[in-house]
Amino acid sequence: MTDEVLFRKVFAIRGGDFKRAGEASVEVRNILKEVGFDPEVIRRVAIASYEAEMNVVMYGVRGKMDVKLKSDGIYLVVEDEGPGIPDVELAMQEGYSTATEEMREMGFGAGMGLPNMKRNSDVFRIRSRMNKGTRVKMVIKKNG
Amino acid sequence: MNLEEIRKLLNADVLTSNIDFGREVLSAEASDLMSDVLSFCCSGALLITGLTNSQAVRIAEVADLCAVVFTRGKRPSEETIQLARERKIPVMATKLSNYEVCGILYSNGLDRTQNQK
Repeated sequence: MTDEVLFRKVFAIRGGDFKRAGEASVEVRNILKEVGFDPEVIRRVAIASYEAEMNVVMYGVRGKMDVKLKSDGIYLVVEDEGPGIPDVELAMQEGYSTATEEMREMGFGAGMGLPNMKRNSDVFRIRSRMNKGTRVKMVIKKNG
Repeated sequence: MNLEEIRKLLNADVLTSNIDFGREVLSAEASDLMSDVLSFCCSGALLITGLTNSQAVRIAEVADLCAVVFTRGKRPSEETIQLARERKIPVMATKLSNYEVCGILYSNGLDRTQNQK
């Protein structure tokens, strides 16, 4: 019965909205806390979703984060309409960043966003199409 | 070492006066790069940063950090302080640099690796 969705919420994310950036991930974290998930699992979900959310805010025009809670873990799909990633393999390398000067001034551009998402999830899939957008699917299992 | 002891060592101003500073701090991380904090900072750590926008507070919440010390005499906006109050993230500000804060805390027994898995 691992396919049964126990809880689902879809968050809209606006590109360029740095004021509200991160709020969706914090809400996901708080929901999981209320449900009583293991703190380490919550932390992994929060970090993975925050990085994905920030990527939409920084690079996307608009996007959404679809969060599903199933009996075996948390399923996150984050997709945006945006420029897409020209070279996904390169973007996955730790330290590689295309952040603008403005983003760097805000503390982004460490080149750890996508690697952080992968590191904190048990399943990580990314698909990007130029001038269309990017879709990231992540699964964080309850028991690692 | 608790937050109040750290505040005294850093001669820091408390910006979120309604939050308990008795909580114990087991480790710390200094960085101005938010994704590096998410990569290398362990749960319950103290964040030392010169980055004063609201994302420093968000990161503390997302990564389950115990508090934030803003360095180099920089003050976050009232909006950032308000966010910290709402989310119950203790926040303080010191005139010292990241480097000085690290040196003082390290030499007083706060080891970065203490609480790492």
